[in-house]
Order: sequence, then C-alpha cells, then structure tokens
Amino acid sequence: MTVHFKQDEPDNSNRLDGMKQGVLGKPLPRIEGLAKVTGTAPYAAEYHIDDCAEGVLVTSTITRGEVTSVDRASVLSMPGVIAVVDDEKLCTRAAQGTANEAPMQGPGQVCYWGQPIALVVAETFEQARDAAKHLKVEYREENGAALDPNAVEPEEQEDETVHQGDLAHAMAKAAHSVDVTYTTKGHASAAMEPHAAIAQWDGDKLTVHASLQMLNYNITELADALDMEEENIRLISRFVGGGFGSKLGISEEVVAAALAAKQIGRPVRVVQSRQQVFQTVMRRSETTQRLRLAADSDGKLTGFGHEALVSNLPGESFAEPVLQSSHFLYGGENRELMLKVARIHRMTAGSVRAPGEAVGMPALEGAMDVLAEKVGIDPVELRLRNIPEQDPEEDLPFSSHKLADCLKQGAEAFGWDNGPRKPRQRREGEWWIGTGMASAARVHNIAEAKARVTLKADGTALVETDMTDIGTGTYTILAQIAGEMLGLDPEQVLVELGDTRHPRGPGSGGSWGAASIGSAVYVACKVIREELAKKVGISEEELELSEGKTATGESLTDLLEGNDLAREGHYEPGDIEDDYTASGFGAFFAEVRVNHYTGETRVERMLGAFGFGRVLNAKTARSQCIGGITWSIGVALTEALEFDPRDGHLVNCDLAEYHVPVHRDVPDLEVVLVEERDGAASPIQAKGIGELGMCGGAAAIANAIYNACGARLYDYPMTPDRVLAAMPD
Amino acid sequence: MRPFQYTRAPSLAEASDMTAGEDTLAIAGGTNLLDLMKLQVETPGQLADINRLGIADVEDTDDGGLRLGALATNTETAVHQRVRADYPVLSRAILAGATQQLRNKATNGGNLCQRTRCFYFTNIDQPCNKREPGTGCGAIDGIAKLHAVLGTSDQCIATYPGDMAVALSALGATVQISGDKGERSVPVRDFHLLPGDTPWIENVLEAGEIITGITLPPPVGGTQIYRKVRERSSYAFALVSVAAIVELKDGKFSRADLAFGGLAHKPWHDPRVGEALLGQPPSDALFDKAANILLEDARGFGENDFKIPLTRRTLHAVLVQATEKAA
Repeated sequence: MTVHFKQDEPDNSNRLDGMKQGVLGKPLPRIEGLAKVTGTAPYAAEYHIDDCAEGVLVTSTITRGEVTSVDRASVLSMPGVIAVVDDEKLCTRAAQGTANEAPMQGPGQVCYWGQPIALVVAETFEQARDAAKHLKVEYREENGAALDPNAVEPEEQEDETVHQGDLAHAMAKAAHSVDVTYTTKGHASAAMEPHAAIAQWDGDKLTVHASLQMLNYNITELADALDMEEENIRLISRFVGGGFGSKLGISEEVVAAALAAKQIGRPVRVVQSRQQVFQTVMRRSETTQRLRLAADSDGKLTGFGHEALVSNLPGESFAEPVLQSSHFLYGGENRELMLKVARIHRMTAGSVRAPGEAVGMPALEGAMDVLAEKVGIDPVELRLRNIPEQDPEEDLPFSSHKLADCLKQGAEAFGWDNGPRKPRQRREGEWWIGTGMASAARVHNIAEAKARVTLKADGTALVETDMTDIGTGTYTILAQIAGEMLGLDPEQVLVELGDTRHPRGPGSGGSWGAASIGSAVYVACKVIREELAKKVGISEEELELSEGKTATGESLTDLLEGNDLAREGHYEPGDIEDDYTASGFGAFFAEVRVNHYTGETRVERMLGAFGFGRVLNAKTARSQCIGGITWSIGVALTEALEFDPRDGHLVNCDLAEYHVPVHRDVPDLEVVLVEERDGAASPIQAKGIGELGMCGGAAAIANAIYNACGARLYDYPMTPDRVLAAMPD
Repeated sequence: MRPFQYTRAPSLAEASDMTAGEDTLAIAGGTNLLDLMKLQVETPGQLADINRLGIADVEDTDDGGLRLGALATNTETAVHQRVRADYPVLSRAILAGATQQLRNKATNGGNLCQRTRCFYFTNIDQPCNKREPGTGCGAIDGIAKLHAVLGTSDQCIATYPGDMAVALSALGATVQISGDKGERSVPVRDFHLLPGDTPWIENVLEAGEIITGITLPPPVGGTQIYRKVRERSSYAFALVSVAAIVELKDGKFSRADLAFGGLAHKPWHDPRVGEALLGQPPSDALFDKAANILLEDARGFGENDFKIPLTRRTLHAVLVQATEKAA
C-alpha cells in the first residue's frame, strides 16, 4: 500500500523531535563502513559473474569529424579478442544529471578529442586494452573546431538573466564600488571508483551492475538508449565509490556493456581507465565571472552584478549554474545577472560537486572581501549588513536563514579578530600568515521519492528503495529515521538500497538525497505508526515507541501478531517549492601561510559553521562538511583541468597530475553545526548538506592569502606561480 | 598493454644478455614502468626481473663513503641510519618524492631511470619526439607548465622528474654500471643527458647495461637542504627543487654544492654557481649573482616562464636558510 504525501505547507510540527527512541541525529558510524574497509562491499566491477568477457572503450584521436571506417579485422585476430562493437546506439557522452533520456549516441560523429567511438571485447582485460589501442580507425576530420570559450560568440541563458533597477547608475553613485573579474579553471569529479558496468542478458531481460548515483533516472536513460522497456531492465548500484556528480547520469560504459553482451551472447564488463574517466565523463566548466558591487558609505549594497561565461559542447543543455546563490544571498536593489555559455569542442561539461556555487561563490565572496577593505569594515560585518529580509529578486520569504548565526558562531569558534584588517601584518621566517573568511550558500534541492518500510513480525524493520549511498551515509540515516519513528535500535533496521527492484528514490545528487528519501521513509513510518496506534486504541500522536515497545509495555511483535506490516511512502514536494526561497547557509574561516619566496600556500586551519536544517547524523553530517571544506582547498589552491590549446584534449587526466588536496594539504578542520528546523524544506525539516561545505570556502582561503601577503588574486586555483606574480615586493 | 614474457633474471650476466635485446626491459620496483606499459608508452615483449640479483644492500665503502645497492628501495635508503646522519640531503630528497607506498616499492636504480611526466609523452595519441622520434614535440606550444627552462632543444622540453638524483648530483655521487663489456662508473652529474636531437636517449646506459649501485663519497658535512616547490604539499612533481650542501668558514662560503630539479632534462648542476659563492660572505647581492649565473641561458615556453623567477627566489630562500643555519 502506497501512501502519497505532497508537501504544500511548511511542517513545523517537528514530529521527529517528539519520538522516544532518541537515535536520530546521533553520531552513529556508517552501517556499511566495516564492509567497505574490509573489502566485502562489492563495487560495480567486483561482482563475480561466470563467463564474463571484458570490454575496453576505444576513443577518438581527432577533435571533430566523422569516423569513416572501423577496421575490425585489424584486431579480431589478436589473442583473445571476441568482438568489436561500434553499434550506432553506443553513447558518445555521459547523460546529464536527471536527464531521464539517453545521452548523445552515434559513435560515427566525433565532437571532442577522446570521445568513445567503439568497444573492443576480449577474454581478458589486458587483451581488450591492447586491442583497443590497435584498432584501426579512419576519420574524415573537420578542422577549425572552436576550442577557446573566449573566442566564440556565447549564448545567453535567458532564464538566468536579471535586469533590476539601474546597476550602472548605482555603481556611478556608490560611495564604494568593486568591479572585478575572476576566473576559475575546469574541475574533475575525481571519484575514487572508476566508472564501470557489468551487463548480462537473460532473454530480453537485462541486468546491469553499474556505478551510478541516480538509478531512478538511469534506468530511463538506459531504456531510452537501448530502445527497450524499463520493466526489462534491472540496475544494481549497492555501493558506489564516490560520484561527485560524475555518476548522476549513465556514462558510455553502461550502454557499451549492454550492447556488447547482447552482441556476443555473454556477460560483458566494461571498466573505464582513470584516463578515460577524466576524458570522457564530465568536466566542470571553466568560468569567467565579472562581479560588480555598489555600496553606500556603510557598506550596504545598492547594486549587485554577477555575469558569468561558461562553456559546453553543442547540444548540451547544461550550463554551470554559477549564479545560483547570487540571486538571493545579498541585497542590492539594482541588479544585473547574466549567464552565457560558449559552445566549444572540449569534453562534456556537466555537474561536478556543487555545480554553480562551487565556483560562483568563491568569486562573489572574493569580491565581497575587496569591498570590505574599501568600506573599511570587518568582512564579517559587511556580510551581516547585507543579509536581505527576503529574496531580493523574487517576492518570496526564506524558508529559514542561518547565515547570521553561522557568521557569528563561526567567528567566535575560530577566534576571528574583528579589528581593522590590514595585509602583511604577521610573518614567521619565510612565511606570511593571515586569515580570511567567506559566506557559504547552496540552494536547497528536493525531489520526489519512494521507499517501502516493512515492520517485520519479528520486530525488526526493512527499508527498501533504489536510492543510492555514494559514501555519504544514506544507509545509516535511513536506519536512524526508521528506528526513531518505529522505536527500534538502528541495528534492528535493515536498509536495502541501490536496486531498481525497489521503490524509486530520488538518487544522490544536488545534496537532495537525505531530505528527499528521508521524507519518504518518514511518510511510510508515520502510516505504520497509525496502524499500530489503531491496534493499541490510541491516536498516532499519542503512540510512544522505544526499544520495540509501546509506553505501556506492549511489544511490537505482540501487536503485529505474526504479520509483517509494509507501507510504501511516496513523498512529493508540492506548492511549497514556489512559496519560499530555500537554501543552506554557512560561513568559512581560514588561516593560511604563504611562502614569501616560493608563493606556496598552505592552509593552517579552517573552520566551517553550517545551518542546513535538521542534523540526521552528527557524524556523517560533519564528515560531509569536512569533505566539502577539503574540496574548497582544492578549488582555492590546486585543482585545474588543463586543455591542449590546439585539439582541446584534456592533458592532465590522472590523479598524479590533476591535483586534489592530499592529506598533507588538509589541516585539522573544525565544523560547527548550527542546527535548525526548516519546516518548509522537507517534512523531516532537513536540507541538503553534502555540497554546502565547498560553496565559498575557496574564497576564505583566497582572502586569507591577501591578508597574509598582500597578493590579491582573481584567478583560481592560486598556485605558486600566480601568487608570486601578485606578491608585492 | 602488449602481452609480454616475464622472466626472472638468475644472474647479472644473464640480465645483461636479456636486456641487450631491443625488446626486453629490466624491471625492478616497476612503479614507473608498469604505468607506462598500461598506457602503451612502453611496449616490451619481455621483462627481465632483476629483483633477485643481490644488489640491494646499503654498505660502507673503504674510504668512508656509502654504497647504495641499485635494488635497495627508496624507503630503505631514506631511513638508513648513515644516510640520515651523513647525507641528510639525500634522505630529504627521497622523502620529498612520490608517496610512502611508491617509495616502499621504488628502487634506487629505477629511480635514476624514471621517465619524464610530460603529458605528451604519456599520451600515445599525441606527438612526442621522445616516445616516437620524428612526430614533433606536443609540449612546445602546448601545456608546458612543468617543463624545462634550461638545456632544452627544439625536439624536446621535458624535465627529468625525480628528486633523489638531484641530491645525488649535489653530493657528487657516482653510478656503478655493469654490462657485457664489464663494469664502469659514471658520475651522477654525467649520467643523464640533455635532449638535443635524440630526446629518446635519456642517460648513458647502453643496451644490456644495468645499474648495480650508487656510491656516495665520504661525508662532507655542512648544512644540507633539499627544498622542493610544488603545487600541493605531497605527491606532486617539483616546479623547481634545490639540493644544497653549504658550509661557512669565517663568515664566508667554504662549500657550496648546488643542484636543481624541475628545470631540465637532467638534474641541473652548474659548477659556476657554487664557485661564485666560494670565498664570499653571504649577501643578497651574492645570491643574485649566483642566480644570474644559473639562469643566464634560461628560456621559458610561456606557461613555464614563471620557473625562472621562482628558481631565483627559491635559490635565495635556500641560501638564506643555509647560511643562517651554518652561521
């Protein structure tokens, strides 16, 4: 039985706070943690499937053109080679997040260097890889493919455009103004587990083990790509070794494995190499961003401008949503916002951890630091003075707003010196030392979700949904929500995820997983509670459950009388989405040291204070924040995709040359959870958290670099060469 | 990966015979070679495993120096008591490289032979004169941030990526080599070659020759520094690195052995740099003079232009640090 709940109004009843088990929010370790660290949690490629052949993708060595011939004979006689697949259904790009349709297909047309054009299948992986390198392919190359986003006429994303008042006039009249242009380089998701799939057919039924974030969408994408019915497909993604956006949609290996398995009548495994993951899945677009801030003599914003240029391949709908939080973070009645996308022939741009704010906020918060200096006030104070009463563009209230609390509590916990700020005040030997801060903001996303909860006759519970856990703690928080509602120790709750045989969840992405699927579990549990209350003869509100018993000592097993009680919760965000602007907020504080001679920057300590609704698990929430701050360090200092200027190929395509922060780059990070209840965000009063921790943190580091050594940089990442170029003598 | 034959070499002589053939490569730790084989950059038909040749010891030499077996691991070498006590620049250089896991597996001989990390060398679908003579250099006019500013040619601007050899160069170590013509010793400073017109020839090893060890001269004392400038604080190749062995007597330089990494196709040692310091009291002007000599012929390729001022500043920082310590 399915119970549908559509949220049209805020739910401020905070029912979860009235439950008696007392397990929600507790810092429980991840349920699947032991299995993962002992290697017993199988990832997509690790399933043992009899008679499985191995496929390796062949990728293009031209940027743009047509494949005129694939010489199968060139490899079919090589040892172990079984087949060459160049079916026109092969995908040449990854699907965008929530696309719900097949990505670009047709390997005959090449749109970027490194694009998959065929699959070679062999008995062993090594044989397949060798043959893939030897496959003779001929092309008709089209010259002159656009590669430089600054060299083409970009398209305006009109739904992002805001013209409000007269910004030019506000800038001219302003007591203080800032007009600066920032750049950010492209980023890679850099998930540890490479993209992989094993496909097997049983008649017209297809089962695929894959590494995916959003099975609910992925099954539709795969069905569309293969032109078959979803009912005939089963996708399994029980454990995912990180996604960071790169596994939101299906990638080339999923479709290739399915087509190959069909063609040769055997299961086929396709694992992308590290280089292929970098070159064929998703990049975050580089950005160029102009920030214009106009302020009165007190630093109150009278004008706000944010214009951004991003890029993508022709035919892709995604444009890095750089302005996402700029629309509402600060006031300023005169506003100009514009997003443009340049069509170029580099690999697909798509969602990479915190799309939008991950790069938009570092630019905005850098510019705010410049403004604070001009106004001559503490940068924390500048933010506090500019928190709007309501959404400055839409006539909407905020669902909740913890920015001021985060700024104040964060400053306090960090030991922020709120006196006058001047750069180059502290030096120890070769090192300049300084501090910086920035606000955090990340829009709250939420989606329709279904989960089945079964209260078993034996007094344990089972939660089933095709929701994924990409390392974030979904298994654990769902056990906590169900345990809290049903009066069970979470150890008594079995959570089954990542299988499309289960009810459709929202998938993991946009930080919406916990609030969305958690609400579906909540809805299902609430109805189960109603049934139980009926049996006891009281109302659901009166029912107190803990340790498997009611307040009067009746056990769940007695109440169930040998029967399972199953309900499917179906949560759907309703009109409420149009009634409020909802976002997570926070504040970052960083202390860095910058080497006077070499320009190397090392983060000494960093703190983030975040308000994102209800905390479902203090440990996994904190871990999410720490992960986010770590990525902030990457954005600020090290991460940059480098593309060849002549053919557009990604050159630094492995983890040795694409620099994510290593342990030594990440000091002790402190997290302050500014807990709140946001009844308009979800029925469980929770908002997204995964991405918030990296939305602005890079600016805290950039601002600290300036405070330390006086080098004001406008280009991320702030590598030693750039720091030195901006370093005063 | 091309299918290959794996053979354990039973003796040095047989290892030499095996690797004399064009299609056979010696494998020790394999930390670099296996990666390159997966990428099809190296495609040997046979690997001769030299791990059991008994050249893994670290032992004192008669003159008070130290001989590092070619197959001693980087970790064993870096933590060796005498290395830490008498050749700290070497210990520091090794520990500045790679990761703990890689150092546990990587050998001293292999480290000397590691290939460049140039993006165009490791991508077989791009031009590279080193990998495929005559195809051109992808890095010139390409992405060349990590590339060389000294000793380049119009054929190749790749760098030697290692740290250990930079310290060995400053120390004036020698490499022991064994081949069918017998044994020979080559100073580390002469072991690696500049690219010239033959960028695929990276060192003086002839076909069939195998490094058996590295000999360090008797300890020289002094202040020993290895400074590596990099974009992240571990597991990154040097933008520039400096190995320095410096001593002051009566306020003047009495020793100044300097070698540089990240600048060229080999660890860079220019004797004139140290000579300019000898007998002089430390000063900013003197450090500048040393940098001018070092960088006299330096030439950037756009993206790596910054290496020239960065090297100047890093040398300055190292000399300030060394002379403050030594004073």
